[in-house]
Amino acid sequence: MKFTEEHEWLKAEGDLVVVGITEHASSQLGDIVFIELPDEGATVSKDDEIVVIESVKAASDILSPLDGEIVEINEMLVDEPSKVNDDPMGDAWFFKIKPDDSEQMNEYMDEAAYTKLIG
Amino acid sequence: MSDKLMHTPLNKLHQNNNARMTAFAGYDMPLQYVNGIMSEHLHTRSQAGLFDVSHMGQIVLRGNDFNQVAEALETLIPMEVKTLQVDRQRYGFFTNSTGGILDDFMFSNRGDHIYMVVNASRKEDDIKHLREHLEPLGVTVKNLENRALIALQGPASEKVLSEHYPKISDMQFMDVSTIPIAGAECWISRSGYTGEDGFEISIPNKAAENVANTLLKHELVELVGLGARDSLRLEAGLCLYGQDIDIKTSPIAAGLKWAMQKSRLIGGQQEGNFPGANKILSEIENGTEYKLVGLIPIGKAPIRSNTQLFCKSLVSQKVGWVTSGIFSPVKKCPIAMGYLKSEFSTKGTMIHAEVRGKMLEVEVTSVPFVKKSFKK
Repeated sequence: MKFTEEHEWLKAEGDLVVVGITEHASSQLGDIVFIELPDEGATVSKDDEIVVIESVKAASDILSPLDGEIVEINEMLVDEPSKVNDDPMGDAWFFKIKPDDSEQMNEYMDEAAYTKLIG
Repeated sequence: MSDKLMHTPLNKLHQNNNARMTAFAGYDMPLQYVNGIMSEHLHTRSQAGLFDVSHMGQIVLRGNDFNQVAEALETLIPMEVKTLQVDRQRYGFFTNSTGGILDDFMFSNRGDHIYMVVNASRKEDDIKHLREHLEPLGVTVKNLENRALIALQGPASEKVLSEHYPKISDMQFMDVSTIPIAGAECWISRSGYTGEDGFEISIPNKAAENVANTLLKHELVELVGLGARDSLRLEAGLCLYGQDIDIKTSPIAAGLKWAMQKSRLIGGQQEGNFPGANKILSEIENGTEYKLVGLIPIGKAPIRSNTQLFCKSLVSQKVGWVTSGIFSPVKKCPIAMGYLKSEFSTKGTMIHAEVRGKMLEVEVTSVPFVKKSFKK
């Protein structure tokens, strides 16, 4: 598993990468009440704003960590956004992306480096 | 974040309760505690929430007697002050010469003086404004930096306070009194900013932490931060200065005519004679271009402040903007307030809000979004 400075996690699953947000991010965001996910089949570039997460008070954007194609989104989150608070590292993944370059995710931090970052 | 944020007398209490702090109006304030905004909000609606609002300005106006001070204050605000009974409180706002709002506040008749609570972000300017205009009329303006302010809000507030002062149940909505809590001289009003029954309690700085901790010992009381304070006031349809009203807003467009007593309006015994009176009184007669309304998006996406609003049938026509928007913890849907051109402000009108390039359907409604429950 890899981690971005934007508090996303990335997990390889065959030739796809599953992306979600970390426990730390979900607790910082507070009660999540709305999520807008990208369209399946969308072609995205690294740093595109592709997910919107809203808490009671504020909206935050999640950036695409990779270049690639969105293959699957987690529809469950649209009806139950609070799942992101309950299980951010598991059931509440956001999308699966088919990266243009399977090496791209290796640029990101490993768990030890991420744990150090959030101190 | 500035390293020069001011601290309220309850700062240590916030730290001890693992608050997530935020900078607000120059103060280091609790945004939320461990349970989070949703839970703190719902707790206030069902039990009792304790808020530190010591950042707000507490001001005392003194002269020869109440009547003199009241007359002086009436030159700056479109409210009746002289008729306010002893130990009663009223909502008011300062207007400026162009008919905008300088700040909104609560003021009360404390027998021989007036006590005011003003917004934190405006207190310095308010004090300057009061001194400039009231000192020549023989009124002194004192900024009470020696007192903290907490709010205890929610249906269980009376029960909690009655354990310290049984006669609290005699107080009605907008009554004011001086009572002892945990040995401290507290100035208490039965009012607040959540739409719930509740109290605001002014406490000497030195006693503030002890009084707050004493109230927090009650099983029905939990700490609530500024995050839930904002969502609670918006559900109650209450304006926030700097967001829904400001120096450029007309109190008439903002729906605040109810706060102006008849005697100050056209044909009244004390018609006009407050800053911007011509403009404001003509707006009452002729209406305003925009009106502050409640907004409920049809979908699940919240619409936040500064979201632009458009006509549904003619999408290129801009008809207004959002001033406050949240997800309502009680209604479980997004709610907002904003200004709409008057012809679009009728309840039930459908309009569009532009959110991230998409047009979302929004229904115009009236406020409050949740029923207020004051003790009257």
